[in-house]
Amino acid sequence: MSPFRRSNSGDVARERLRVVLMQDRISLAPHLMERMKEDLVDVISRYVDVDRGKIEVQWRRADGEPALVANIPVRSVKRSVASNDRASERVL
Amino acid sequence: MGQSLVITSGKGGVGKTTATANIGAALAMLNQKVVLVDADIGLRNLDVVMGLENRIVYDLVDVVEGFCKLKQALIKDKRVEGLYLLPAAQTRDKTAVTPEQMKNLVGQLKEEFDYVIVDCPAGIEQGFRNAVAGADRAIVITTPDVSSVRDADRVIGLLESSGFERPVLIVNRIKPKMVDRGDMMDIGDILDVLAIELIGVVPEDESILVSTNRGEPAVFDGSSRAGQAFRNIARRLRGEEVPFMNLAEVQGLWGRLRKLVGLE
Ligand SMILES: Nc1ncnc2c1ncn2[C@@H]1O[C@H](COP(=O)(O)OP(=O)(O)O)[C@@H](O)[C@H]1O
Ligand SMILES: [Mg+2]
Repeated sequence: MSPFRRSNSGDVARERLRVVLMQDRISLAPHLMERMKEDLVDVISRYVDVDRGKIEVQWRRADGEPALVANIPVRSVKRSVASNDRASERVL
Repeated sequence: MGQSLVITSGKGGVGKTTATANIGAALAMLNQKVVLVDADIGLRNLDVVMGLENRIVYDLVDVVEGFCKLKQALIKDKRVEGLYLLPAAQTRDKTAVTPEQMKNLVGQLKEEFDYVIVDCPAGIEQGFRNAVAGADRAIVITTPDVSSVRDADRVIGLLESSGFERPVLIVNRIKPKMVDRGDMMDIGDILDVLAIELIGVVPEDESILVSTNRGEPAVFDGSSRAGQAFRNIARRLRGEEVPFMNLAEVQGLWGRLRKLVGLE
């Protein structure tokens, strides 16, 4: 945002609301967050061996935009990923 | 068999009681038989907004506890045919009634009336659960500020998870001038984030305060813009297609004229 042109407070309100509601809705449905984590792990595990117990998914703000930040510790990378780029199709 | 509506918001002070009184009176003016139920037990207000506070003998809790017949507790409004009030108890609290009892009560009223309109207390606890228990439809009301819209979102979520298919929205206390200069969220912004159907926009209007002072709903005052907006909502509830005049609806004749001649 330019320091010379402050945006109208109505626009600021709308943007803040958009983010707050996203966070409210997801935090009110913790099972949804859990399911999303599971799904994420399932997809990523096709390529790399991850530590399921240590996964963290959080809401952050990146440049004022809401973002989901996932921290997924990797144990090892599967050999098949390097040798065969169609591995994912086989696993599917 | 009539239908029951609950007017709710989450946040307090956004206009639930004002809307209940005005929409109810406007529906009665459309020749409907209407009863307004004050579910704000312990903090009753609908009686004073309606100007009927001196005529209370029995209240909702008296009915539920069997101290009187339902008919004995209903106060008839003498200004318009077919308008009644069932007042809340003032000396009790929300726990005096259960959702089942409310459902029962509203069900009985639906047999007699075309519209049963329940004024919901603030909050999302038992008072809220009581108020929505017997309702067929829900009207959510919000003002154009961040905290009120946020609470509305929470309430819409709760309504949907308790089986209300399509709650509708009233945006109250819009100030067209502030919207025009960009310092208030407009209707589009609010509908975008809440993603529900709009049933009315009510302007910030001093006539609401004047009418509350007097105990005469603003819909009785032909020159009140807020009153006009509430009459439009009543017609939409009846299934009539009443166009939203956008901000013009809330700007009044002068605003519309200025728009027409290109001053805005
Ligand atoms: N459109 C409006 N314009 C001006 N004042 C309003 C308007 N709607 C409500 N008010 C005022 O706001 C206050 C809260 O309204 P009320 O209906 O009691 O809210 P709630 O029942 O949600 O707590 C009251 O003083 C009322 O007169
Ligand atoms: Mg109230």
